[in-house]
Amino acid sequence: MLRKDLMVEVRSLEIAYTTLFFAVSCVLVFAFALVQEGRPPADGAAGILWIAIAFAGTLALGRAFERERQSETLRALLLAPAARPAVYVGKLLGIVTLLVAGEIVLVPLVALFFQAPLLARPIWLAIILVTGTVGFAAVGTLFAAMLVRAQSRDVLLPVLLYPITVPVIIAGVRATAALLQPEVDGEILRFWLALLMCFDIVFVTLALWTFEPLMTD
Amino acid sequence: MPAWFTPATALCGLMFAISPFLIANAPYESTMGLVQKIFYVHLPSAWMFLIAAIVCGVASIRFLFRGDARHDRLAWAAAELVVLFGIVTLVTGPLWARKAWGVWWQWDVRLTASLIGWMVSVAYLLLRKYGGPGSDKLAAGLALFGMANVPFIYISVNYWRTIHPTTSVVPTLPTSFGLPLWFSTVMFLLLFVLLLRARVRLEEQRAELDELYLSVDG
Repeated sequence: MLRKDLMVEVRSLEIAYTTLFFAVSCVLVFAFALVQEGRPPADGAAGILWIAIAFAGTLALGRAFERERQSETLRALLLAPAARPAVYVGKLLGIVTLLVAGEIVLVPLVALFFQAPLLARPIWLAIILVTGTVGFAAVGTLFAAMLVRAQSRDVLLPVLLYPITVPVIIAGVRATAALLQPEVDGEILRFWLALLMCFDIVFVTLALWTFEPLMTD
Repeated sequence: MPAWFTPATALCGLMFAISPFLIANAPYESTMGLVQKIFYVHLPSAWMFLIAAIVCGVASIRFLFRGDARHDRLAWAAAELVVLFGIVTLVTGPLWARKAWGVWWQWDVRLTASLIGWMVSVAYLLLRKYGGPGSDKLAAGLALFGMANVPFIYISVNYWRTIHPTTSVVPTLPTSFGLPLWFSTVMFLLLFVLLLRARVRLEEQRAELDELYLSVDG
């Protein structure tokens, strides 16, 4: 499943390019709106990075499932002799891979525009970004898959997704902001990271549990 | 409608007519003065907000795994009441907070959790209304995720300091404050049950009508 999605994506790169460009435009808009006289707002970088990820993620989720819908392949996938949870996990990994690829470009860009030492501790940042992205995508993949059959899905996806992913955004922003302090407070960082991981575990489990009844006609 | 519905409605109306006098006669709270009286509306509606959310969540889960349309109708009716009592809570809260805390809004854990809960229920209604066929199950899934989200919101926001008065205040209130409070709580609870019953009844009739249409067509 993951291999199939990646193959389609690598061949066309449609979602990757559009999502990435959208995320870059987001960061630019924030830079124009917030950077005044060459001075970026204090502690703004963490928030802007996560807003860009959340916006771009929504776009990618919508597109990834729109493609499945156009060619009716989601139905085929569900009919395939694979367990439903496997379909979900495949889709989830595809979205996470895509978003992580986007983040690799976003992070240096935000660091550059907002003069933030984002790259000072790359390993911690990578852990925070990946756990946060998994949490966001876990909820997003399930909702996007559910909405494939619904009307006005483009509008409904962010409407449903953002209230549910508020804890991910809070924890991601706080953890990243803690990382940007000159003196990193390890305790705060570990707390938010632990919260992100709990969120990931609970919501992936819940999604696997409800994917079956939700995707049955 | 069941036989108790009309007398209960009359009783509820009567209680709403009496309650302003009871609240007006309650003593002034020493530090907050007049503004404290909003609490007789704020607290009961916040409780109903919570009860409605729990009813909606439990009914949604039962619908998702059992597929009984009765639970689905109950969840829908409860979600509308979440939005209704949520508005009352979220409007009366800041009115009081402006006087008591000096700010309209504070990113306190209870406030944030209520706001997010209210947004999830609005999203639920939007999904029901514009989602088209099959949205009943999607909405039930949303309610389930919304419920699972509450502890996370609670923990994440609680990490910032909280200033909202805690519920442990309530049992220690003197009778002069307690009586109007319990009176309005019962009043709001009655209103909640009546609205829920009326709303479920409406959905039942709609479902019946749909079935009749189908049988005529068939």
